[in-house]
Amino acid sequence: MVINMEIREKVDVCIVGAGHAGCEAALACARLGLETVIFTVSVDSIALMPCNPNVGGSSKGHLVRELDALGGEMGKNIDKTFIQSKMLNVSKGPAVHSLRAQADKAEYSRSMRKVLENQDHLTIKQAEVCELLWEEIEDSEKKATKKIKGLKTFTGAIYECKAVVLCTGTYLKARCLCGEAITYTGPNGLQAANHLTDSLLSMGIEIQRFKTGTPARMDRRSIDFSKMEEQFGDERVIPFSFSTNPEDVQIDQVSCYLTYTNEKTHEIIRNNLDRSPIYAGIIEGTGPRYCPSIEDKVVKFADKERHQVFIEPEGLHTNEMYVGGMSSSLPEDVQLAMYRTVPGLENCKIVRNAYAIEYDCINPKQLYPTLGFKDIEGLYSGGQFNGSSGYEEAAAQGLIAGINAAQFIFGKEELVLDRSEAYIGVLIDDLVTKDNFEPYRMMTSRAEYRLLLRQDNADLRLREKGYQVGLISKEQYDDVIRKKSLIEKEVKRLKNTKIGAAKSNQEFLESHNSSTLKTGTCLAELLCRPELSYDILKELDPEREVLPDDVIEQVEIEIKYEGYIERQLRQVEQFKKMEKKKIPVDLNYDDVPSLRLEARQKLKSFHPVSVGQASRISGVSPADISVLLVYLEQYKRNVENKE
Amino acid sequence: MKTDTIAAIATAMSNSGIGIIRVSGEESIEIVNSIYKNKNRNNVLKNYKTNTIHYGFIYDDEEMIDEVMVSVMKKPGSFTSEDTVEINCHGGILIMNRILDLVIKKGARLAEPGEFTKRAFLNGRIDLSEAEAVMDVISSESEMALKSSLNQLCGSVSDKIKSLRNEIIYEIAFIESALDDPEHISLDGYSEKLMTKTDHLIEDVNQLLSTAENGKIIREGINTVIVGKPNAGKSSLLNILAGEEKAIVTDIAGTTRDILEENIKIDGISLHIIDTAGIRSTEDVIEKIGVEKAKKYTMDADLIIYVVDSSVPMDENDFEIKKLIKNKKCIVLFNKSDLESKISFDKLKSELDENMIIVKTSTKNQIGMDDFKNAIKELFFHGEVSFNNEVMITNLRHKEALQETLDSLCQVKKSLEADMPEDFYSIDLMSAYSSLGKIIGEEVEEDLVNEIFSKFCMGK
Repeated sequence: MVINMEIREKVDVCIVGAGHAGCEAALACARLGLETVIFTVSVDSIALMPCNPNVGGSSKGHLVRELDALGGEMGKNIDKTFIQSKMLNVSKGPAVHSLRAQADKAEYSRSMRKVLENQDHLTIKQAEVCELLWEEIEDSEKKATKKIKGLKTFTGAIYECKAVVLCTGTYLKARCLCGEAITYTGPNGLQAANHLTDSLLSMGIEIQRFKTGTPARMDRRSIDFSKMEEQFGDERVIPFSFSTNPEDVQIDQVSCYLTYTNEKTHEIIRNNLDRSPIYAGIIEGTGPRYCPSIEDKVVKFADKERHQVFIEPEGLHTNEMYVGGMSSSLPEDVQLAMYRTVPGLENCKIVRNAYAIEYDCINPKQLYPTLGFKDIEGLYSGGQFNGSSGYEEAAAQGLIAGINAAQFIFGKEELVLDRSEAYIGVLIDDLVTKDNFEPYRMMTSRAEYRLLLRQDNADLRLREKGYQVGLISKEQYDDVIRKKSLIEKEVKRLKNTKIGAAKSNQEFLESHNSSTLKTGTCLAELLCRPELSYDILKELDPEREVLPDDVIEQVEIEIKYEGYIERQLRQVEQFKKMEKKKIPVDLNYDDVPSLRLEARQKLKSFHPVSVGQASRISGVSPADISVLLVYLEQYKRNVENKE
Repeated sequence: MKTDTIAAIATAMSNSGIGIIRVSGEESIEIVNSIYKNKNRNNVLKNYKTNTIHYGFIYDDEEMIDEVMVSVMKKPGSFTSEDTVEINCHGGILIMNRILDLVIKKGARLAEPGEFTKRAFLNGRIDLSEAEAVMDVISSESEMALKSSLNQLCGSVSDKIKSLRNEIIYEIAFIESALDDPEHISLDGYSEKLMTKTDHLIEDVNQLLSTAENGKIIREGINTVIVGKPNAGKSSLLNILAGEEKAIVTDIAGTTRDILEENIKIDGISLHIIDTAGIRSTEDVIEKIGVEKAKKYTMDADLIIYVVDSSVPMDENDFEIKKLIKNKKCIVLFNKSDLESKISFDKLKSELDENMIIVKTSTKNQIGMDDFKNAIKELFFHGEVSFNNEVMITNLRHKEALQETLDSLCQVKKSLEADMPEDFYSIDLMSAYSSLGKIIGEEVEEDLVNEIFSKFCMGK
């Protein structure tokens, strides 16, 4: 029998790419009951970690916890596959505590693949997506001119669908550089996706080119760890996921090692700079400043005598070690010579060379804060394709893009987290509102309301949203409600429990180096003193109920930092007022008189959704915002008059 | 819509008649109540009905500042449709300014350009057809405010603010890099260092604030130009007024070739004095430019001081000057009165405009200076010369921003003393940084991220 038929499937959503963004997007859609297909150039590379072997870190740990609170998978998956874990910044304020775990990379990938493979409504398909199918539309509510119909793979198969989520990571027209040696592949020598860019360009999508890099991997047996400082994990591990039982993560942990570059290393780098593709001008893409190659560090910080190098295991079942802090695109021979100047690496053997990678991505100002394309209905995107960097940033966007693709199909209101609600909100708002000239990385300093956006309260902030969307169960949601009321009750109780200046109380205070009382006070007041804690105050508070640790943590933070938190809450109130002022999609900025030229151009190109978003566009002044507010009022009254 | 309370001087800033300070917003009545007392010395403004006007006094603590009429208009009956209080005070610049300052200290903020009108519109008070005019007011007033802010800021002050900002952002970037990359950058022992730094920043900002109090932060004051023939004693006069050697004084005619400027105060009246090159026909190219400039400044001046050298006869240069000062506010100094006079005092008087004041002086021996100062005061308090409105507002705006900066820095200090973690005070450092930015019109935006990456080596 001769078979000659076109493969034509009908599904709800197609996810392009199965990295950290794609996995979250696919799981979100499938879990919400939509028939979902996830495409990857290689099934073996699902949830691949092609660069550093960790999840979390400063501000990135926040993203993972928020993602978990909303019903994402990354937190659960790293809890199952980590081999070392640390809470960073514990000596600093609670807002900047951040979890970071070393992952067993292969296990992480395998475990996520298993979750995907066993998810109802989700199909994995190994294929390169070459073309998006679309049609022109009129009278769109959002003023889009196109609508997604489906997509086509390299082998010609057609998948009709209602929405597509693009999570192509670093694969689009990818090019890897290791000195003079250039290969046209994605990360780790995987097949690049060379066709989709043209299809995107033909749809009017603006494409830009970014660059990133990764250091070498070395054979553990060739490293002399005795010349390095051993770095251990925390004694008591805290899980990423709010659903993980803390007892399940108390495992035997592996160590990382710290060593340093020296003048010899720097000399080799300086003498061979002309062979670096960046300094020789071969690299076209814009690289991130926050993870500079070792070449960059040596050139830009010439006065630094040494740079830290972290040697981290890539997993339990491999001898490969990641050389953190020394990413490079120098040629192989220079790399080897340079690495071998580092104490402990004198006889190192490189398993995989360091390389730089260039790839196509979009200018994210083409997106709404929902991560949907402004001009194309049903098209969403997340991850490095949106100009970000990092596994956690990718996963967070993937989740939001997936949720909103689903909300779009259901005809429900899409989920937008604002800057006062989550780091995820800051991340997406920065991406779609600001001019980004390099891969975007999350940082705590980017979150202006960070005292409120702590990793410890992500569940209190976001579980409800996850529940409304449908990714969090009633039971999980009820747990949070219960926790909230316990916290409230306890804070109230501490404020109302009077402590007199009795002799026993004074002695207690003296014994803890705390000044004695002149008049009576309450437990909450005492808790505000830096030298006293909830636990210490137990003695003065014999009637207290036993409360869960996470409740006590919130009570303590809420009381100790009350003044600061209240100040931020007041700022948030002002901020929300401007966010609530929506700008109609069909507003023509040429009709707004008295706007300055620069502001007019910027507003036309970004088309912000709210006055708040408009005010964050660089080049739009407070006076322009005042003018805009007056215009919007006029606009509103005109519309009302017509009706 | 923002519902905070705003205030501004609603009348022209001149010294005539009555001036009005308008306060609008939720707390306007509360705020004015705290500084207003009726004739029985009670704070009773809160009890008054809407659309009423009341006699009373404005007090700064125990000190009575002015006798006023205060009108209360409760929402929605006022121009802005918000609770509004208008203080009708005596129209002196100093008094209006003082009262506005007081209202701001009590919790109002200085109104943005066009803000009363904007509120009136947004609250439905102004007709739709006027919307465009409203937008126009906002944008043109903003532009003017910005221009005047930049133009009037003294170069040295603006440099100082820039350097303070650089110092602050460096500290923030350091803290933030350490928070972001705790394994590369350590904050051990940092808080003591920052404490020293903060003390010094507070001192600097305090100094700027006191400069602002003295009105020296901007080139404010009555635009005053000194003119006269070469070697008439113009520079000597400036030096006496400024109390220091600003201008080079020699016996050689034509020493001042360019323009010298100085802000001085005479019994609380600010003068922005420009000393010009002596006016004479000259072939010297550089001096010629100076003379041309002097003529131009004279055209724009609010007040002219014409220094006449009484020890030499009048010549064609004096004739030229007399033409320049015709119909201008001018005080004439009959200078070098210690020497033998070659000019008749009465003849000179008859040749000048009728109302011009002539004072006999000797700048060399500092004779007649009190008469001269009295003449200036006379003109000022009769409202004959006045400030530039915009200048006063600019100064207030700067002061407000400096005060915010100071508050934020004090908060940093408080947090340091309470042993709070670094991430708490970096937030207040950031507020200090952006408040200072308002003065020199710079945005914050990407500064911090740029500073972090350029100054501190981070990386995975």
